[in-house]
Amino acid sequence: MTAPVAGTPSSRWRVGDETRWAFIFLLPWIIGFVVFTAGPMIASLALSFTNYNVFRPPEFVGLDNFERLANDRRIGLALGNTAFYAAFHVPGVIILSLALAMLLLRVGRAAGFFRTAFYLPAVTPAVAVGTLFLLLLSGNGLLNQISGTFGLAQPRWLTDPAWVKPGIVIMSLWSLGSTVVIYFAALRNVPLELYEAAKIDGASAWQAFRNITLPFISGAIFFTLIVNTIASIQIFTEVFTMFFSGTRSSGVQSSALFYVIYLFQKAFEDFQFGYASAMAWLLFVIILAITAVQMKLSKRFVFYAGDDR
Amino acid sequence: MSLALTRRLPAGLRCLVPFVVVAVISAAACNPDADRNQDGGGTAPPAATSEPGGSPDSGASPGGSPDASPGTQLSGTLLVGAKYQDADEIATVRYDTFKDQYPEVDVQFTEADFDPQQFLTAVASGDAPDVVQMDRGIIGTYISQGALEPLDECISSAGIDMGQYREAAVAAVTYDGQIWGIPQFYDTRIVMINDSVLADVGLTPDDIDTSDWDRLAEVNEQMLARDGGQLTRLGFDPKLPDFLPMWAAANGASMLSEDGTESLLDDPKVAEALEFTAGLIKAHGSAADFTDLRANGPGSAFFGPENQFTEDSLGAMPMEQWYLNVMAGDTPDEEVSFRPFKDRQGNNLTMAGGSAWVIPSGSENMEAACEFARVVTLADTWYAASKARADTRASEGKPFTGTYTANTAADERIFGELVSEETAGRFHEGVQLAVETADSAITIPPTPAAEEFRRIWNDAVQRVINGEASAVDALAEADQEAQAAIDNAR
Repeated sequence: MTAPVAGTPSSRWRVGDETRWAFIFLLPWIIGFVVFTAGPMIASLALSFTNYNVFRPPEFVGLDNFERLANDRRIGLALGNTAFYAAFHVPGVIILSLALAMLLLRVGRAAGFFRTAFYLPAVTPAVAVGTLFLLLLSGNGLLNQISGTFGLAQPRWLTDPAWVKPGIVIMSLWSLGSTVVIYFAALRNVPLELYEAAKIDGASAWQAFRNITLPFISGAIFFTLIVNTIASIQIFTEVFTMFFSGTRSSGVQSSALFYVIYLFQKAFEDFQFGYASAMAWLLFVIILAITAVQMKLSKRFVFYAGDDR
Repeated sequence: MSLALTRRLPAGLRCLVPFVVVAVISAAACNPDADRNQDGGGTAPPAATSEPGGSPDSGASPGGSPDASPGTQLSGTLLVGAKYQDADEIATVRYDTFKDQYPEVDVQFTEADFDPQQFLTAVASGDAPDVVQMDRGIIGTYISQGALEPLDECISSAGIDMGQYREAAVAAVTYDGQIWGIPQFYDTRIVMINDSVLADVGLTPDDIDTSDWDRLAEVNEQMLARDGGQLTRLGFDPKLPDFLPMWAAANGASMLSEDGTESLLDDPKVAEALEFTAGLIKAHGSAADFTDLRANGPGSAFFGPENQFTEDSLGAMPMEQWYLNVMAGDTPDEEVSFRPFKDRQGNNLTMAGGSAWVIPSGSENMEAACEFARVVTLADTWYAASKARADTRASEGKPFTGTYTANTAADERIFGELVSEETAGRFHEGVQLAVETADSAITIPPTPAAEEFRRIWNDAVQRVINGEASAVDALAEADQEAQAAIDNAR
């Protein structure tokens, strides 16, 4: 029996049949996307043009919420705090994760154990992480005790406004296990013969790292750069647990006021869902812009094996 | 959409077909106008008569008797936003009083304390409790959002005597000329002094006088202690930012207008109060050192046998009176003195807080909710609950320092008959002082942006304490922000 020729009635019917089945299998995801992502996004966009507090129907106010955004001092404060955190968190995660992944390459059979150990903190509930670091970062907590042992400074991580954000950055590095796992997999895919060739040519370890390792894992680095940037801009749970839970002021809440925390306050403490929705869309635009810049820059720095370059 | 029709569409549009189908199905399934009225209210009860169960003429206790109002017949389900299963006698005895009087009412409990997000979710899903206990300090936010029912009609029909409640508590639930809550608990502040610290520095309790700010600043310096460069003891903790309204009132100022619509944060007297109290903190070296010692130093465990008094990490502080019961139980032998908080003219002053019973909008059993709030806040009901609590504590060999209610008559009976030096130990002096100063209380009036207002002046206080701004500048900026928030919320 010969295969159907493209363009014949029977071939058109077969393509349609496959397409239909493809959509049927995609249907669960499509339903989830529409109901839990696209639908709420559209609703949020609509609410951003209203005053809405749940207790009364939404009241259309046009661009008032966006005008308020421009004049709200705390928006600038929250964005500044978030930018500071992201600027230190993202490079910190990438560099430390890469260092740990490269160490994992050297431990041979024990890599599995260490890989699990590094990944375990990533599955710790965020509230637990926040609570844990309230203890670790306290004035006489473990971190300061270690610092004191080596004669280093013992900052007030939780009560000094100047040290609150660095403390949060340190806390955020607790859960870099997923990035380590990604880099470990990428490193293992670098062809060993390239290192051998480089060694024969007299290349140093740094030259091999810079000219072989980095280009080959640049795709993984690019992926984690985007993912970690987006995640860091949206940090919430750990910081809320540490500084904003409970009714009493912690004394440094201005230093720890991140964008999503302020969004949460406007929505669920002040019942200004319209304004909070406008904040959410501003955040979306910011993340979109940052991601677009990263994608643009990736063309210069990301190497994909098999590319013509 | 038929397969044939799909085939006629351009390829780019064909992929949108499933999305359109699902969106249409989802829109049909999600009916925002679905009837939220669930049949949980049972038969509509007849309106309660205007005659309360216990009128003054009948000789019953002020505010009425816990007996059912004559002619009041309630039924249906009443969902109460409170704990019952894990609650103590103060709650369960009072709730049982209502249940006993109205057996026809199926009283159910949410088994949770008030939580804003939980309440919001319940309202959005049409499943809000019929009556909720809410902190009087945030009631304004919910009033402005239309989340609560005004209770004037309820008070009139159920015969609730608002005169039985403390003035400051009633003021805290009155907004725009209407009453929005029935006051329940009532906590005030007195000054608690660590006698061993005083002895160490050669002072007496009379030296801790909040009416003389210059002297207080000197005493603060004397009581605080350092070991090398490290702060080891706090002198006088002014309890910023929470107690700023009380310090402002001591200086003759209010942070909010009486009607709750005008921010007065830029009043120079408020700035003066903030400057002074922030100075008490900065005298310890830095705000970070002060806060760190308070939060993490010896005695930072507020509850338990190792508190700031037993560990001598604090000289004195104004504090809510419920802490008396904590210390009486955890550290009964600790030597602590008590003095009233005073304004700068030497008059007793305190700040009142506490909860109130409120009825969410759309309550399905308003009459039962109203009657519930009335019964559980009557003097007799309070006394019965406190008696049960006192008996339990006595049988366990634990102290009892009383129940601080917003009902004046209830407090007179409780503290007159149930609390003594025998039950409260060396903390009886503090208990008596708290009762004596209860009516000297100020309170922050309800305001439309209550939560936001609190957050704004808290931030201003933090900026001053951390040296980021002067009190005048920080409060001026906060005043503008707060006024905008209030205007936006109205």
